Amino acid sequence: MRAVTWRGVNEIGVEDVAEPSILNGHDIIVEVGLSATCGSDLHLVGGYVPAMRAGDVLGHEFMGRVVDVGRDVTRHQTGDRVVVVSFTSCGRCWYCTQGLFSLCDNGNPNPAITEALWGQAIGGCYGYSHALGGWAGSHARYIRVPYADQGAFTIPEGVSDQRALFASDAAPTGWTGAHLAGVQHGDVVAVWGAGGVGQMAARAAMLMGAERVVVIDRLENRLEQVRTHIGAETLDYERIDVAAELRERTGGRGPDVCIEAVGMEAHGSGPSHLYDQVKQQLRLQTDRPTALREAIYACRKGGSVFTLGVFAGLVDKFPLGAVMNKGLTLRGAQQHGHRYIPEILDHMSRDEVRTEHLATHVMSIEDGPRGYQMFTEKEDGCVRAVFAPGA
Amino acid sequence: MNASLTARATRTGGSLVQHLRSRLGTSSLHPAGAQRSASGWLAVTVLCDPADLDETPPPPPLDELADRIEVRVRPAAGGKGTELAARLKQRRVPDRAERRLSGSDAEGEVRSALRKAKQLVEVGEVLVVDPAPHGQRTATPGGALLESWTRSAGKGGVR
Repeated sequence: MRAVTWRGVNEIGVEDVAEPSILNGHDIIVEVGLSATCGSDLHLVGGYVPAMRAGDVLGHEFMGRVVDVGRDVTRHQTGDRVVVVSFTSCGRCWYCTQGLFSLCDNGNPNPAITEALWGQAIGGCYGYSHALGGWAGSHARYIRVPYADQGAFTIPEGVSDQRALFASDAAPTGWTGAHLAGVQHGDVVAVWGAGGVGQMAARAAMLMGAERVVVIDRLENRLEQVRTHIGAETLDYERIDVAAELRERTGGRGPDVCIEAVGMEAHGSGPSHLYDQVKQQLRLQTDRPTALREAIYACRKGGSVFTLGVFAGLVDKFPLGAVMNKGLTLRGAQQHGHRYIPEILDHMSRDEVRTEHLATHVMSIEDGPRGYQMFTEKEDGCVRAVFAPGA
Repeated sequence: MNASLTARATRTGGSLVQHLRSRLGTSSLHPAGAQRSASGWLAVTVLCDPADLDETPPPPPLDELADRIEVRVRPAAGGKGTELAARLKQRRVPDRAERRLSGSDAEGEVRSALRKAKQLVEVGEVLVVDPAPHGQRTATPGGALLESWTRSAGKGGVR
């Protein structure tokens, strides 16, 4: 079958690869209907996340139909239309039973790598390097899904493929951030990043009762999507001073909850951004925390800051003094989608969460390199390039 | 100098800097807990009742190492399940952190067996990833290093 693969730093290919098969009793095989590019892929493409090998199949956000079922699978059968959460989690370990699915003890067959990096291993993720398990990604005709009773969810009738697709990763990541950041009724929430995850974090915050939600970015087409499809306010950080504007909009307090949905390759302006760029390129820090710093400084005293954007290693000039002295709660996580996807699909079936607008460019697998280029360079207003392997 | 050449040069320079920093022992670049505990016990916490695990014989596949290891079972704090620990009866001076993290130390087999025992109790099977579909593998030093590490990744780590 044809698949979109990582060939080297900033080099994407389309190759013939073997079809997957059932290897564990809890596996299913899914014929991929749609598979989305994700901002976190760009950290792999650019070489910022180590542990990619030439030939690795990319993609972790997908939906499709079940075509084969392992002997121990009880919730799915051939023909089911499913969306699959991007993390591989067993559902049986202590972390999974606490709803912390991306921290699964058993879902990553290569635990040594992330234990070496972070002290403990987290769960696995499709198409996201050998550090997160070496699982083949979803930019292919077929994908093997382990722990399928836990990670695959039947899509309700009436929810389109393009809507359900983003219940795989963008929406549950947004839900993870808003929920674990502790969004409450009446809160003012600021979200850095108007990509798919940022938009979904904003929508989640609104559905959890936030009174005002403000999304910050520099790309006008994405900010327009926020206003039109999400219903949140927007700020263009290239035109205004974000911290000052947030203070003004909150009576001088600052937002109650600040969600960073940008990650290790944050853009910015001014000397601090240049400083971060140089240090990252020299590998004196692995990640650029530009947006996270701003979120920490902007957050109200005693507020909550959540890092949803992917970080891999070390950052510099981290404002720990502001975190401590302002009494902030700082949390982060990969997505615990298993606990949120049923709720998200329910919202989607009631039209309370709409995501079709994120799929700005739908293309065939053969267009993989072009799709990643458009997504990376944000050409033609690309928010997400989506591949349809069967097309 | 064109842009891609500049980027390549800075990456190479960065790798060298990182290498030098790690060789110089910058503490922030060392992984947490890479040294073995003084007692030599390696442990996992299994979500099950302590009565479900025996020290003699230990759960599979630890039972295959029974003549070479000691096994300890005790309740985990806060109802988090059961702590299953094992250590070699004949312990040597701990290997260097790099060998432990890569699974090439004497305890790699014990580490792997502990993880598999946990999965068998909690899930009923040991998760396998290979053969995973992939495209052409280019022969590079970095790729060879990564392949070597992932081949023994179940044996490595900080446990």
